[in-house]
Amino acid sequence: MSYARRTWIVLWKDLLSERRSKEALNALFFFALLLLFLFQFALGDERERLTAALPGLLWLGFILSGLVGLGRAFLAEREHDCWEGLLLAPGDKSAIYLGKVAGNLLLMLLVEAILLVLFAVFFNIDLAAHPLRLTVVIGLGTIGFAAVGTLFAAMTAHVRARELLFPVLLLPVQVPVLLGAVKATEAVLLGEPLGAVGHWLGLLAAADAIYLTTGVLTFDAILEA
Amino acid sequence: MKRLQRALGWLAVAGLAAGLVMAFGVAPREATQGNVQRIMYLHVPAIYLWRRAAGADRLAHASAEVGVVFTSINIATGAIWGKPTWGAWWTWDARLTSVSIMFVIYLAYLLLRAMIEDRERAARFAAVLGIIAALDIPLVHFSVYWWRTLHQPPTLLRPGSTPMDAMLVAALTINLIAFTLLSAYFVAKRVRLLKREQEVLA
Repeated sequence: MSYARRTWIVLWKDLLSERRSKEALNALFFFALLLLFLFQFALGDERERLTAALPGLLWLGFILSGLVGLGRAFLAEREHDCWEGLLLAPGDKSAIYLGKVAGNLLLMLLVEAILLVLFAVFFNIDLAAHPLRLTVVIGLGTIGFAAVGTLFAAMTAHVRARELLFPVLLLPVQVPVLLGAVKATEAVLLGEPLGAVGHWLGLLAAADAIYLTTGVLTFDAILEA
Repeated sequence: MKRLQRALGWLAVAGLAAGLVMAFGVAPREATQGNVQRIMYLHVPAIYLWRRAAGADRLAHASAEVGVVFTSINIATGAIWGKPTWGAWWTWDARLTSVSIMFVIYLAYLLLRAMIEDRERAARFAAVLGIIAALDIPLVHFSVYWWRTLHQPPTLLRPGSTPMDAMLVAALTINLIAFTLLSAYFVAKRVRLLKREQEVLA
């Protein structure tokens, strides 16, 4: 079985079980809606203040729902005793990692799309002015988040205080990605071209490459538990 | 090994004494420790994952601990120094922010170690986190630098003449060396302590 095929099988399994149970997506949709309420109540009605804080709020929403979503990435394997199944899978274990990252990436992008729509509707803000630029920025930011998140989710899967440890590990490491993503999103929402935030996009791309490579190289050491 | 360690300890004491004399005799002291030992953070965990050498793990663990202690001293003294000088305990300028981000990353590293009971697994996971943390250093540096900057540029390690008084530079350098020796001494001690602990538990 080829490497790509094994990656695809892991991804397909996760997508299928998510499509049938809709466990994560339903909860995350509701969670995103609640976040929006919280932001609104915390900041009040003033339109200008909301607009100024919008890029930060947007990424805060992405990250909080990402923490909830990614933290449970290996829950099915652990609770249904399928961890051994992963261990027994033939060949290079990093295929499992990449499959999981792809699944998490899709899940996060879906939730982010929902959040964007909710933001546009509730805060009455035109997010669709530069859809392509926004997609580039959000995509680059999300890849890095999903890459580290998947790695740490596998690490914390066996820890008793998993819900506590996972965000504590993930958030500090993600600070550069967060800074870059927020700044780039801000510029895009102001209508600036991507070239103006080239250095931030470079940083995000570098972070994605670093995290993905580290994940592929070290996943073997995490899985053998 | 033991003799070497003791020598290191005495050297650190001598250096500190000289540094203190210089500091109080000549100039107000600046807090400078924190970045010197970061270099090994990538190297050591990588060696552990590759060879599964328990010694490398102990070294990483010990240096993370000592690094966190020194960085917290650094941040605290920096705040005490900053209040009368800048008028604020804390500002979100580039260098302070980078240091504080790395500080929380290594705090998380120690937390991870503490929360995993299985020693061998803790070592493996900590090594992975150690590698990510070390690779994060340039990302943190650039992102924070672009985010904002206000600190004065590096005083010691740069080409050209330094704007500081020669005596001040000497005091600073001696203190820097002394603190490096001291932290090396602490790391060596901690490594030995961890080794003993493991032998007792085994």
